[in-house]
Amino acid sequence: MRLKLKIWRQAGPGTAGRLVDYAADHVSPDMSFLEMLDVVNEGLVKQGHDAIAFDSDCREGICGMCGLVVNGIPHGPDRGTTVCQLHMRRFRDGDTIVIEPWRARAFPVVKDLVVDRSALDRIITAGGYVSVNCGGAPDGNAIPIAKEVSETAMDSAACIGCGACVAACKNASAHLFMSAKISHLSLLPQGQIERYRRVVAMIEQADAEGFGSCSNEGECEAVCPKEIPISNIARMTREYFRALWVGGR
Amino acid sequence: MSPTKLDSNVPAGPIAEKWDRHRFEMKLVNPANKRKYTIIVVGTGLAGASAAASLGELGYNVLNFCIQDSPRRAHSIAAQGGINAAKNYQNDGDSVYRLFYDTVKGGDYRSREANVYRLAQLSVNIIDQCVAQGVPFARDYGGLLDNRSFGGAQVSRTFYARGQTGQQLLLGAYQSLMRQVHKGTVRLFARREMLDLVLVEGRARGIVCRNLVTGEIERYAAHAVILATGGYGTVYYLSTNAVNSNVTASWRAAKRGALFANPCFTQIHPTCIPVTGDHQSKLTLMSESLRNDGRVWVPKKKGDTRPPDQIPEDERDYYLERKYPSFGNLVPRDVASRNAKQMADEGRGVGETGLAVYLDFQDAIQRLGIDVIREKYGNLFHMYKKIADEDAYKVPMRIYPAIHYTMGGLWVDYNLMTNVPGLHVLGEANFSDHGANRLGASALMQGLADGYFVIPYTIGHYLAGSTMLKVTSEHDAFKESANCVQKNINRLLSVKGNRGIREIHRELGRIMWDNVGMSRTEQSLRTALAQIPKLRGEFWQSVSVPGTDDNLNQSLEYAGRVADYLEFAELLTLDALHRRESCGGHFREESQTADGEALRDDEHYSYVAAWEFTGVGREPVLHKEPLVFEEVHPTQRSYK
Repeated sequence: MRLKLKIWRQAGPGTAGRLVDYAADHVSPDMSFLEMLDVVNEGLVKQGHDAIAFDSDCREGICGMCGLVVNGIPHGPDRGTTVCQLHMRRFRDGDTIVIEPWRARAFPVVKDLVVDRSALDRIITAGGYVSVNCGGAPDGNAIPIAKEVSETAMDSAACIGCGACVAACKNASAHLFMSAKISHLSLLPQGQIERYRRVVAMIEQADAEGFGSCSNEGECEAVCPKEIPISNIARMTREYFRALWVGGR
Repeated sequence: MSPTKLDSNVPAGPIAEKWDRHRFEMKLVNPANKRKYTIIVVGTGLAGASAAASLGELGYNVLNFCIQDSPRRAHSIAAQGGINAAKNYQNDGDSVYRLFYDTVKGGDYRSREANVYRLAQLSVNIIDQCVAQGVPFARDYGGLLDNRSFGGAQVSRTFYARGQTGQQLLLGAYQSLMRQVHKGTVRLFARREMLDLVLVEGRARGIVCRNLVTGEIERYAAHAVILATGGYGTVYYLSTNAVNSNVTASWRAAKRGALFANPCFTQIHPTCIPVTGDHQSKLTLMSESLRNDGRVWVPKKKGDTRPPDQIPEDERDYYLERKYPSFGNLVPRDVASRNAKQMADEGRGVGETGLAVYLDFQDAIQRLGIDVIREKYGNLFHMYKKIADEDAYKVPMRIYPAIHYTMGGLWVDYNLMTNVPGLHVLGEANFSDHGANRLGASALMQGLADGYFVIPYTIGHYLAGSTMLKVTSEHDAFKESANCVQKNINRLLSVKGNRGIREIHRELGRIMWDNVGMSRTEQSLRTALAQIPKLRGEFWQSVSVPGTDDNLNQSLEYAGRVADYLEFAELLTLDALHRRESCGGHFREESQTADGEALRDDEHYSYVAAWEFTGVGREPVLHKEPLVFEEVHPTQRSYK
């Protein structure tokens, strides 16, 4: 396959970026999208040109490090798929593909397609945990948890923190990310003690980071590589109002 | 240093009492004094994150580093199948002693008994800790924790969270870590790569790293350094590791005097998606848990190209069930991998390249129903579909072995400290617990045992027992080290050749896989030892590293890691050459039983080989730690 690529190049956070044309001439349908970019980069490097910077690590869809906007869609056209698991058989010979970084005020561009997502870490730091020190935990079977509850918590806990939900949202809201963690912990008995304090602290942090609000568009759910449903956001909103009612601090 | 016998500092007494007794005998740091100690933790995987969080909880001042943009990306996240613990919740005869026994036997009697026993003891605390953090382990309908079986064991002791156990355990540790960041006990440094270890008066007192965003060379001083930087599987280029996994931190520590133990003990995982072409950047694992329900087979006839559904039952060879009736499809990884290779070598491999065997779920789907299979393995089947473009609910998966885990690593004593005072190594980066072969679901167990339950005690013992100079990052040793690092970076940027970094890495991987892979011979190892230095020479003559060092430069990062691999690969090969026996994942064709199983030579090789670096291209010095088996008597391992 031969493809035309339009890739966002930007030297650093303070400089202007632009789309640059590249040709990818020897693309096999079995390649993953990032392997296709590896091949383009290999060509650039051999000629002494700066490689296109993009993040990736596990390349099996679980670490959440990769993230590109492909033809306007975070992680590309396949549902429930990270861009590292998107394969070139999804495209046709002669296609033009536009590749851009996540765009959100809270995710400044570091270089080319790499953005700074440390804001998501700071949201977790604000309260996305159960406060237990190592050492004094009771037996794992001391508190039975209904299978359905545990499975629902796991559905939310599956979030990989890639930030696609933010990139897809016209408000650049981190609600889906945040609500996944809040749901996971508020569903389980272990998360009850800090339930209200957690939701308030995390939402306040998200506001401080410059993420927007939710206007129920559902774009986040559509692009989430782990298909985390927006019912999590509804749950978070309920938790939030309940927390304000009981004074969650 | 001339060859010495290494002292493992294993405490005296009966094996079941060693750790308890040691915990009492170790020195303590008083709670008010802990904050006066700074500890560097490099890495945020299961071992690193759990260590940093636990040390923070104790009140130490912790500096935690990772190369990714967030600590949650570490490659522990990709572990799928589960974590072992001797809880005996299934009432099927498990015990601490049985987990210990299985692990020592599974490691083909090349691990340190006392460490393994401690690991088995601590396994039960890990599950409790993770449940308390809110890790959503699988549960049965009564609400209690569920278990599955893994290779090398005849009991069900593996706890799991769907096919994402590593992710859930890592996020548990990450959340505990972020809680400490919130409290201010841990300071986090993301997108930093450790490029040197700094010694002052012979003790590990800090690190030098590169800020990957600004390119700045940064110096950090501390009272002790902990490396939890993972394994070196990507020396083979293609492996199941993340593309940024590397040996650099460990190797730079080795170049500063830490001994590297058993580098030739590498694990080839039997169930990976086969290689399709040159462009491939990594291989994807299909969890071992699939062997609970999947049956491995190849056609009985050589060169049988019929599609699998047209090969009748009596023309299929379920070779693992045939050869190992008591363990069947759940033999340990080294045995399963070698047998798959044997089938391919006999010309009975399947798929386009013939380098694959079938893993078939038809029987399980008929027995349990498709919904049960989907619930257990849905995400794995989905991943397989994405990559291989086939539906494993309908046709058998094609699988083949690939490099997955490295049992070798920096040498540590019972306290997880290297021969360099103050330098501690945890998780996959150390060598200690898995011998020559790791059993499935034991990596997560070891990483968390080291981080949550061992290092919090042993590091206090080291700190309380040491008198140290007051040292800041302005000390000459830091400046000298930073200069070395900068020189190396300048050297990489100044080659300005025309060969791609990836191209050279791929070539190194091919040398390693062909000659130091699943089976090794005197001749293949000598071939590799001739080719590696040559390739290293070519790298420094002709590599192209574009860009500058004052900003994010992924080519520069990658080139530095490949340069280290070009040195380290030689040590790995040399270790494989010197060990003229087969054990676990290290299979020397010259040393096998009549039916092709690995044949150990306990008389000559029952020791840990710990290598001292003496210079690039120079013969390293071998130090030995004799292995003493007081509990488990080494026998020919049998899974028949």
